[in-house]
This record gives sequence, structure tokens and C-alpha cells, in this order.
Amino acid sequence: MIRDITLGQYYPGNSWVHKLDPRLKIIATLLYIVALFVVHDFIGFAIAFLALAVVIAISRVPLKFILKGLKPVFIIIVFTLMVNLFMVKGDILVQFWIFHITRQGLRMAAFMGIRLVLLIIGSSVLTLTTRPIGLTDGIEALLSPFKKIGVPAHELAMMMTIALRFIPTLLEETDKIIKAQQARGADFESGNILRRAKALIPILVPLFISAFRIAQDLAMAMEARCYGSGIKRTRMNAMKFAKRDLVGGILLVAFLAIIVLERVLI
Amino acid sequence: MNYFEAKNLVFDYVKSDENGLVTTNRALDGLNFVIEKGKFTAIIGQNGSGKSTLAKNMNALLVPTEGTMLVDGMDTCDAENTWKVRQRVAMVFQNPDNQIVSAIVEDDVAFGPETLGIDPDEIRVRVDEALMGVEMIDYKKKAPHLLSGGQKQRIAIAGAVAMQPECIVFDEPTAMLDPKGRQEVLKVIGQLNAKGITTVLITHFMEEAALADKIIVLDGGRIQMEGTPVEVFRRADELKALSLGVPPAVELGLELKERGIDAPDDIMTIDEMVDYLCQ
Amino acid sequence: MSIEVRNLTHVYSEGMPHESLALDDISFRVEDGEFVGIIGHTGSGKSTLLQHLNGLLKPKSGSIIIDGTDITSPGVSMREIRCKVGLVFQYPEYQLFEETVAKDVAFGPSNLGLSQEEIDARVEEAIRLVGLDYERLKDVSPFELSGGQKRRVAIAGVIAMKPQALILDEPTAGLNPKAHADILDMVNTIHRTESNIILFVSHNMNDIARMSDRILVMDHGRLAMNGTPEEVFTREEELKQMGLALPDAMELTMRLRRKGMNIEQNCLEISALADAIAQLRG
Repeated sequence: MIRDITLGQYYPGNSWVHKLDPRLKIIATLLYIVALFVVHDFIGFAIAFLALAVVIAISRVPLKFILKGLKPVFIIIVFTLMVNLFMVKGDILVQFWIFHITRQGLRMAAFMGIRLVLLIIGSSVLTLTTRPIGLTDGIEALLSPFKKIGVPAHELAMMMTIALRFIPTLLEETDKIIKAQQARGADFESGNILRRAKALIPILVPLFISAFRIAQDLAMAMEARCYGSGIKRTRMNAMKFAKRDLVGGILLVAFLAIIVLERVLI
Repeated sequence: MNYFEAKNLVFDYVKSDENGLVTTNRALDGLNFVIEKGKFTAIIGQNGSGKSTLAKNMNALLVPTEGTMLVDGMDTCDAENTWKVRQRVAMVFQNPDNQIVSAIVEDDVAFGPETLGIDPDEIRVRVDEALMGVEMIDYKKKAPHLLSGGQKQRIAIAGAVAMQPECIVFDEPTAMLDPKGRQEVLKVIGQLNAKGITTVLITHFMEEAALADKIIVLDGGRIQMEGTPVEVFRRADELKALSLGVPPAVELGLELKERGIDAPDDIMTIDEMVDYLCQ
Repeated sequence: MSIEVRNLTHVYSEGMPHESLALDDISFRVEDGEFVGIIGHTGSGKSTLLQHLNGLLKPKSGSIIIDGTDITSPGVSMREIRCKVGLVFQYPEYQLFEETVAKDVAFGPSNLGLSQEEIDARVEEAIRLVGLDYERLKDVSPFELSGGQKRRVAIAGVIAMKPQALILDEPTAGLNPKAHADILDMVNTIHRTESNIILFVSHNMNDIARMSDRILVMDHGRLAMNGTPEEVFTREEELKQMGLALPDAMELTMRLRRKGMNIEQNCLEISALADAIAQLRG
């Protein structure tokens, strides 16, 4: 069911990871992703994997929930694996028809696969343990130094808040529209690509109209709640850098140091 | 004391098409009325009668094309007053989904106070109180899209209450709800009014209008009737001519009259009718 | 044409932690030409049931026999079933997508692979049947119409498929009194002209009592009652336990009886109640 998608969703909890400052978590996630590309051997990936496993364990988000986040991007992962497996040149291991699998290709595919999976799980840990509003507040805070050069930090953050809020609503809406058009005899499963693409019009047009309607209603509702008044906004959950964030920061630096040392020394 | 005062209020929707042709559609056509502070007023009328446009004129989301709209003595046409008015007059809209901004219930309730720049500790208190008031405190960490229509609408009401407004305008808040959701929302509206919040309820349910202190009937952008529920529902024939009904108890009274039984015409609710018939 | 449902069971999110029994062993039969009202509060399984009747959802167990064919058996053409059983969802105006009213209404029939003449004829007939002015509106964009008119266009889009059974899920939801009354009239007209089966879901007990030959009451995924309006609405206690109300006239009748007034008839309409009271006062 379309509703079961967990990517980008928050898993309410009270763990140490949940309580960390969103700013720290965002930076940590970004650096973790960088680390995944610094790493170039299996020992490095093992360290990265271990670090992530520890964070997940502390966060107490059920593993099942985290793995579900991989489902929608499964095709992308398979595609990446295939490309790397067949396209990389080197010592040929197996060959059939026009395809050949090389040792280098195999290694590359494995690396890219692990990298992608860790990357997705890593970023879903961020969204799963951070309240959407914390996430957007964090991004806003991190971007605010760039306001001077014209980066609309607050607007970007607001857009993300709204997107997070309305993704489930629009998915539900899509589900409804698909069923309604099926009830009118629409067929989305047969025919060639062109036909199938054409069959999407009866879904996409109502969906866009719904999105516009939501946007209009929401803009009105926000204005009614004084949004745009120019008063300086406050926050109910103002971000405060606490002791645990210091601990988190130190652990992050330690992790990065190990990754870099591993790359340089081994 | 008058809280709202409309003087010769006119509102035109102006639309220009791709050829630059300008068409004007008069939605409100010279309204004059007052709404007293603390009172519960219902506004009824068909689609296109202008009731939603009127609602938006009450908190400066729209401002009059001609005439004036005074809110607590402030002219909404004066841009200086816009935010003061919106702070005092909160609004709850029809579609429960499309007015909730945040993906967590309590963050949404905090949205209004946050835009007003209230102190974080104070916001916390207001949010919890508002959620308790609508009996949704147990859901404060939940995602709105998992709630029922009635629950979402109560979240929207809590969001309005947290701004500590003097008045709340409800624009058909029950139109998209099931009977249970309607009951929940109506109960909350009644409680808020009892606490002294000036209440304006736009509705097309006559039983809801019957709960008000005063009813304003709109048609074609003009006020067709104005008065207490008893005064308005007494004129059932005129209401029917406007394709509006009357509450069931009133309808029974009318049917009985046709059969030669004279029930007093100030009976508005089923309870009152039962009491009268069985006395 | 008849619809028969036997021991229908449906489970949502099977195997997931939030697995739930949406339909629990439901059996009923609807005869040709019947007007059946369906009531039950939100989440009682009404919508899930309706979506089974034209194959949009597949049951876990049980069978659904439409016009003699069990649609749960493999190899049944869903297109044929959807042509026989038309389903109008809640707020159907949100499914409109074409540039003109006529084109939108034609979407269903053209999916059935009919000839162009046949499609045109059906479109015109359907638009007239829902009470819209065909000549004036056929080339208008559906998005320029009023809410009530949009809903009629969407319903015309289903009627143009000439279903022998028409299912309407809360067709009056969110409408103003005038538009509400107009849609009810329209449903009656369709029922009379097409003499098809109508399954009508509503929260408005007055409408349900007035229009239905028979009523199905859903509660927690079970079929709790199946009877005439009079049979159903005299079971006040059970209905109230399910969070359902009585029609206004019936509510008044019951209360008056409890207060000792000797009303014999079960009055489903206010005028009938007025007659009964007048008779007593004689």
C-alpha cells in the first residue's frame, strides 16, 4: 500500500539520538556521506557500517522500519549494481553474449551497493529520529549565515516543512484518483510505453489540481495565522546546544578520524 | 459592545482573462450589520451567497471594495491594522487537511504563536492548554494525516485558540465531517463561546444555526434576514424560497399547524418539541 | 442482474504489525432494481466493501457474484465487471481531468472500446440524465463549473458506462442544502430511468430512510443489520451503540413514545409524524 512508504518519515521516540541537536545531526549525516566516499576498502565500510549500527541501536528505531525505507529505492540500487557490474573494464571473470563481468566490476558494484545502502539508511536515520520541524529548523539555522549572499534560508525550510506535511496527503490522494479512474475502466498496466504514459494523464491532471487547491487553501490558512506579518518568529522548541551534543560531536570527530586514518594507513 | 461593524460593505472579485478583458463579480452587495462582542452568530446561505467572502472580510484576508468593515473599532482597509485584526480574529476553514501546516500536531498548534513572536515557554503552555481544550492532548506527538476529520478540525481549532484571539470565525468547519466529527467540533465551538470568545459560524446545517444567539441569512450577496433563531425560523416559507430548510423541530411545528394544532413558534430543538407535546 | 456477496472477508496490511480485519464474513444479496442504503460510521468498512463490488480490492476469502459470475475467480475480465458495476467515489469531482465536460464524460465509455457514435450518444444521454444542459455545457471546461455541477459531471462519467448497478459513496458530502436536494433528485431520476440497482452510502439518515428499499448497516467490518428502513430504524438501542443516529422523525417518534405518547406508526418522515399526532389529538 502506498501509505506504507517510510522514507522521510519521523519515528517518534525519546532516545539519545532523538534528543541530539538537529544541527549536529544534519552535519553528522553530511559528513557520514562524505566518509562513505572517502572509504575505499572493505575494512573502511565495516567501520562505517558498525558506526551506523551503533547509532541505530541507541535510537531504538525498529530495524524493520529502517529497512522498509530501502524498498522504494530498491530499483535504483539494483540499477547501480548492474551498471557497475557490467560496465567496468578489467580482468574478465565471466563472459556471456555481449556481457562480461570483471573482478574490478564486481568490486566496484559491491562498493557502490554498500555505499548506496549505507547512504540511504544513514539519511533515513536522520529523518526517522528528527522531528520534521527540527529538521527544517536545523537546515534554516545552518543556512542562515548564507542569507547575506541571498540564500532564502527560512523560505527553503518552510517549503520543506510543508512538503513533509503533505507528502502523505498527496499519496493518499493519488491512491484515490487511481482507483476512481480504474472504476471508469482506465487501464494502467497494458500497452507500450507511449500508451502507458498517456494513461497517466487522468491521474496527473487531477493530482496537480489537488496540489494547487491545497496550496491555495494552505496559503490562506497561514496568512490567517499571521504568517508574513514581519514579526520575528520564535520557536516553541528552541534549539539549544546541550552537553550530549558535545559528546555527540566528539564521537563524530573520532569516527571521521578513524575513517581518514584507515584510508591513509591501510 | 459592537465587535464587528459592517457599513455598506461591498466586495468585488475582479478577474482578467488572457485577452485582458476584465470581469467583475459582486460577491457582497452593500451589507450593514453589527456583531456584538462575546456573542455566537451563525451565517447561513447557499453556495455563492457570499458567506465565505464575508468570513474572509472579517479578518482582513480580503478587504472591502467599497464601504468599511470595522473589527473592534479598527478599519480593515487600513494596512496598519491588518496584523492586529488577524491576531484578534482567528479563522478555521472548511477542509481539515488543507490548513494544518506541520507534520506533528503540537508543532502545528505552535505555528500561530510562533509567527506572533511569543516567548517559547509561553508557547509551550498555550499549546498544551489549547490541545487540552479540544481534548486532543493525547495526540500531540502524532502526525495529522493519521487522524480523523473531526480530530484534524479540532487541531485546527487548537491552532486558532493558541493565538489567544478574541474572536474565531468558523467557515463551514463541519461540512466535510461525519456526524461524530460534527458533534465533536460543535461541542468545542460551544465551549469556546461559553469562555467568552466571540463566535461566528458559517454553516449550511440549520440545526447548527439554531444554536446561535443570532442568525444572518445571506443570498446573492445581500442580507435577506437577520435575527434570533426564533425570529428567522418563524419565516420558514421565505427560507424555503431561498432553498434553505428549517430544523426538524420547527418543521414538525409547521406541519402540525397545517393540521390545526398550534405549537408555539419559539420551539427550536427536538427536546423542546417533545416537552411541549407531552406536557 | 443481481449482486450476491458470500462470506466476504478482507484484511488490511496483512502480515504487518498494524494488520486489521476490515471486512468480517459478510453475506447479503441485492436483487435487480433495488435501492439499497448503506450506513455505518467512518471506518466501519463501508468503503472497503464497495471497492470489492467492482474488483478494485480483492477479498481474502469469500465470493462476490455479479450477474451470475463470481468475480473472485481467476480470469474474469475486470473491464466487464467495471462496466456492470459503476462506482462513484466520495468527492468524485476531484477525478475530473479533461478539457471539456463532454470529453471527460467520454473517458469511461471510450475505455470500453465502443464506437465513436455510441460514445457520443452515451455522453449526451448521461449529461442530460444528471440534469445538466448538454448543449450549453458540453464544450465548457469542467473546472469552470460550480461544485454541485462538477459532481454531476463526474457522476455522468460513470453513468455513461451504463452500469447495471450504480454505487454512490456519500454523493451529497460537503454540499449546500440546494445542491444536496438536487443530487438526491438526480439519483432518483437515474434509478427510475435506468431501473438499475443503486447502492447509496450516506451519513444522512433522513435521506437513507426516505430513499432506500432496504438498508445495510455496517459496524466494525461486520454486517450488523439488513432490513427495511422501518425494521432497521426501530432498533434504536443497537444503532446508538454503533454511534449511529435515527432519522429526525423517528427520533421524535421514539422520544414521544418514551414520554408516554401513544404513537403506533413508525414515522420515518416528519409529515407522517404530524399525521399521527393529529390523529391522536383527533
